[in-house]
Amino acid sequence: MAITSVKNLKEFSTANDRFEGAHTLCPGCAHSMIVRELMNCTDDNLVVTTNTGCLEVSTAVYPFTSWDTSWMHIGFENAASAAGGAEAMYKARKKKGTLKDNDAPVKFVAFGGDGSTFDIGFQWLSGAFERGHDFTYICLDNENYANTGGQRSSATPIGATTSTAQAGTHSYGKKEKKKDIVAIMAAHGAPYVAQLAPNKWKSMAKGFQKALETEGPCFINTVSPCCTEWRFDPKDTINITDLATDSLMFPIYEIIDGHELNILYRPKNVIPVEEYLAAQGRYKHLFKPEYRHVIDQIQKDVDEYWEMLQRREEARV
Amino acid sequence: MQDLKLCAQDNRGIHELEAGKDLMGWDEVTQGSVLPSFEGDASNIVHLKQEERCYSDFNSYTATVASWRVKKPVFNIDVCIDCQNCWVWCPDTSIISRDKQMLGIDYDHCKGCEVCVEVCPTNPKSLLMFAEQEELETALSQWPEKKKKEK
Ligand SMILES: Cc1ncc(C[n+]2csc(CCOP(=O)(O)OP(=O)(O)O)c2C)c(N)n1
Ligand code: SF4
Ligand code: SF4
Ligand code: SF4
Ligand SMILES: [Mg+2]
Repeated sequence: MAITSVKNLKEFSTANDRFEGAHTLCPGCAHSMIVRELMNCTDDNLVVTTNTGCLEVSTAVYPFTSWDTSWMHIGFENAASAAGGAEAMYKARKKKGTLKDNDAPVKFVAFGGDGSTFDIGFQWLSGAFERGHDFTYICLDNENYANTGGQRSSATPIGATTSTAQAGTHSYGKKEKKKDIVAIMAAHGAPYVAQLAPNKWKSMAKGFQKALETEGPCFINTVSPCCTEWRFDPKDTINITDLATDSLMFPIYEIIDGHELNILYRPKNVIPVEEYLAAQGRYKHLFKPEYRHVIDQIQKDVDEYWEMLQRREEARV
Repeated sequence: MQDLKLCAQDNRGIHELEAGKDLMGWDEVTQGSVLPSFEGDASNIVHLKQEERCYSDFNSYTATVASWRVKKPVFNIDVCIDCQNCWVWCPDTSIISRDKQMLGIDYDHCKGCEVCVEVCPTNPKSLLMFAEQEELETALSQWPEKKKKEK
């Protein structure tokens, strides 16, 4: 695989972008930061599929496309099946020698939002992983169905207000905890699974490269702060991501072959989750005295999860 | 220095995003539409800089979202240390970086989100927001001095 050097940002910046501007994602949207980084970290040909969601509707506004690679959209839920199908066809044609260029390296990548990954496209995703297609699935996790106006998904954390789990006098927002998609995908026995964040550009680029290089189905959950639904100023996308990773709301780690866990980022100063929550409008109501217990609950969950990750890393099982 | 005639391809930003009135409507195209991103052979795209590529009229590179902006980032090359923070985090592929050097902003695709200003580490910043209608020279003449560290 022809990888771009990510030794430092200067070297990385010599990559020629294959994701073009004048897409219609909101100003400051993290989806495009993540997609740009994926496309810039390799020189290989890419076949990209995308589930319905903000990324898909905003980068294929007829008659325009923002993709400088082969790109395909079919439905909300089936980017994983589409990537798997394309990969199976590629393998078969390669064997028969009927490709235009039999030696050109090709990588298969599927993008999905959290709604299409955690919920509606989960069956398709799980199936493609069970069949073992050689592709990388990247979830752009903004913790809600952003493209349709911010409904709750199973990725929405407890306490966030969404259009279908609204905070008010009788509710603190979503009642249920976030689904642990990383553990679920690791349990498929996938060779490479990780959770990465755009503020830590180097670990993200390295994780992407690892996933692309690894044979078999790889899954990466990326934190994708959504200024519109999380309610923060677009200029703060990277600042919010910093708060997310430094409060350990989004720990950065990888799981190899379903069991070998490595923590990829240890904040020097872990900040209280309160600081992360306070920076976003979707958690504003939690700072009322009657909902204070939800913040305590979130902090407790985050501490326990971090403890668990560290133990698993140490145990190497 | 701000007025970068970056030998960018002539067709950058030629379309309004609402364009396509002369193209087929959604109910006229065959189900499953294919938009070629480039004219001719596209196999070597990854090794070509944007200004060396043959974009087709379907590529959003030829469209502009400049009208989304109310404020614009202005670049001051005299303070820049070429760290490339702005390049890696710009969500709109609007930082023009060539051979490890930050050269300027692609105002056809920049939406004015201000992320680049936030992540710029220099003191004073090498990127600052100004009103869209501000002349670049005027903006540069108003650049703040280095800020003293607060104790
Ligand atoms: C089967 C199906 N159900 C619902 C929709 C409507 N729909 C389109 S985009 C979207 C939200 C996508 O949310 P997510 O996957 O999290 O991506 P995001 O927009 O947040 O990036 C929904 C519900 C659809 N297109 N197809
Ligand atoms: S709604 Fe959120 S995810 Fe969708 S384009 Fe806007 S910022 Fe990005
Ligand atoms: S304001 Fe936003 S879109 Fe414009 S160059 Fe800066 S980061 Fe890119
Ligand atoms: S972030 Fe600032 S210093 Fe770094 S390359 Fe951009 S303009 Fe220059
Ligand atoms: Mg989402």
